[in-house]
Amino acid sequence: MTMDRDHAHALLREMLRIRRFEEKAAELYTLGKIRGFLHLYIGEEAVAVGAMQALAPGDAIVSTYREHGHALARGIPAAALMAELYGKATGCSRGRGGSMHFFDVSRRFYGGYAIVAGGLPIATGLALAEKMQGRAGVVACFFGDGAVDEGEFSESLNLAALWGLPIVFVCENNLYAMGTALARHQAQTDIRLKAEGHGVPADTVDGMDVLAVEAAMRRAVDGVRQAGGPRFLEARTYRFRAHSMADPELYRTKDEVERWKQQDPIATFDARLRRDALLADADFAALAAAVEQELETAVATAETGPWEPVEDLTRDVYTP
Amino acid sequence: MSTLTYREAVRGALRQALQRDPRVFLMGEDVGRYGGAFAVSRGLLEEFGPERIRDTPLSESTFVGAGIGAALGGMRPIVEIMTVNFSLLALDQIVNHAATLRHMSGGQMSVPLVVRMATGGGRQLAAQHSHSLEGWYAHIPGIKVLAPATVADARGMLLAALADPDPVFLFEHATLYPVEDEIDERAPVDMRSAAVRRAGTDLSVITYGGSLPKALQAAEQLAAEGIAAEVVDLRVLRPVDTPTILASVARTHRAIVVDEGWRTGSFAAEVSAQIMEGAFYDLDRPVARVCSAEVPMPYAKHLEDAALPRADAIVAAARSLLERDG
Repeated sequence: MTMDRDHAHALLREMLRIRRFEEKAAELYTLGKIRGFLHLYIGEEAVAVGAMQALAPGDAIVSTYREHGHALARGIPAAALMAELYGKATGCSRGRGGSMHFFDVSRRFYGGYAIVAGGLPIATGLALAEKMQGRAGVVACFFGDGAVDEGEFSESLNLAALWGLPIVFVCENNLYAMGTALARHQAQTDIRLKAEGHGVPADTVDGMDVLAVEAAMRRAVDGVRQAGGPRFLEARTYRFRAHSMADPELYRTKDEVERWKQQDPIATFDARLRRDALLADADFAALAAAVEQELETAVATAETGPWEPVEDLTRDVYTP
Repeated sequence: MSTLTYREAVRGALRQALQRDPRVFLMGEDVGRYGGAFAVSRGLLEEFGPERIRDTPLSESTFVGAGIGAALGGMRPIVEIMTVNFSLLALDQIVNHAATLRHMSGGQMSVPLVVRMATGGGRQLAAQHSHSLEGWYAHIPGIKVLAPATVADARGMLLAALADPDPVFLFEHATLYPVEDEIDERAPVDMRSAAVRRAGTDLSVITYGGSLPKALQAAEQLAAEGIAAEVVDLRVLRPVDTPTILASVARTHRAIVVDEGWRTGSFAAEVSAQIMEGAFYDLDRPVARVCSAEVPMPYAKHLEDAALPRADAIVAAARSLLERDG
């Protein structure tokens, strides 16, 4: 497959943007600048970046509490996200959501949901609204392998298939529901079969390969647009960091983590581009510098951004 | 003016909403072909078609969540949940999602979702179809909780709920569906205020929903004994109309709160606390409560009757409040 140089650089830059944003967030967490839960996506960047390539501005996205990557890949400025991690009024959710609840309705990013599988029914409803209003939008609904355990997973796939709704369910299978390995929480570990059991055409892809994810997501989205009805995509991936900053990682071995790190989606893509003479040292330096610049600005503006006044505590509980 | 049942009033409001606004649709279990478990939506499938009258799978959590998503996507969904007991399967979507989204997104979006469900006992359906849990829902900021008790409110409050930009939950007491009344369909109906259904000077009977007819019956009985009971219909449990409650107590100096929920942690407890906070010095006697017995609803008629608030229990409570005056 021939690769467009600019597109390849864009993919690498987006993955690097997520990686560096989260490394910085982890650092700020240890400094006490960011509190609450912080669930890092490091290791899984190829899924969000690859999948997002197949989506148009009119499509909608629903994600989970591990959604920094999806938000950045959707094009939400890092400054709005970093300010949200700080809890500032300039954050993308005005400091009401924090790490687990990024929202940007102007980009049809309908949120980070922190109840596992809670976003699936909502995404299904968004798809229903697209269909009933005759719009061409497709909903991309991201969730992890833990969500497969929940009743809402089966219910939502069934409803989407029954009503022929324009939605792609993207299961980011990182092999652990928090600290419980897939084989310890699912009798049937081939998740694709579950989707097929609900009548949803399904595919599995190497979630560490950004190009493979992009291609698979394009097939899925095209399938929805052309044939109607939902599609299911399982991306096999791995989280390099702990579940959250509070996780001592007693449930997996360092060897296992190291083995997966050999497939680091950024390092492997970088090596591939250099091998194919699509990336020179100067290209990478320029791209990395742009990422650092955005991040530095994001941290600086988050630091100086205003707090929401306490007088506005109960604002936006109801529509004024 | 027209004479119709509570059931017909809800159906009429649904039909009017579906006719007026192409964004409105109804979904729920058996709302289409079957015509609704309580026959509320009978005929609507034939009139509006399967796109707008949608039978759902038996998956409360997902069809309520789909209602939230559809509302975010620009529709005006009306979700019917067969009974309040079944709504517990959708609590995650209601409490964790519908109620939180506006605030949690920093005000970026509203959820214009209407959810209707039957509530309450009195039909010998035992402990999984008969409870009154609307008081739980009234605990949740971010949603609005309505309890239409009259035919006019059954129609008008549903239309008001549809005009509201936030999630609104309507609790229709199942024993009210056959109740008939004459209503003026053009009269405006709000979803903010409590209503004084009967004026009186000796005590206030504060209630809502399926207990309103019992309270009015008790007031009638008390009138025959020379006791003038004022009956306040709360209508809206969240946000509750505190000024109307306090004004009534300031007039009568005695209050009985009647609530089909269990006494412990009931909405009646909230009303009682509000009276204590806001009208303590107006009270001549402690606030009394008539609630359901602390028992899962039994099947046998005599046991169910004993578990529910009854007019005679309200009358007895009223006498007791007044006797001690002497």
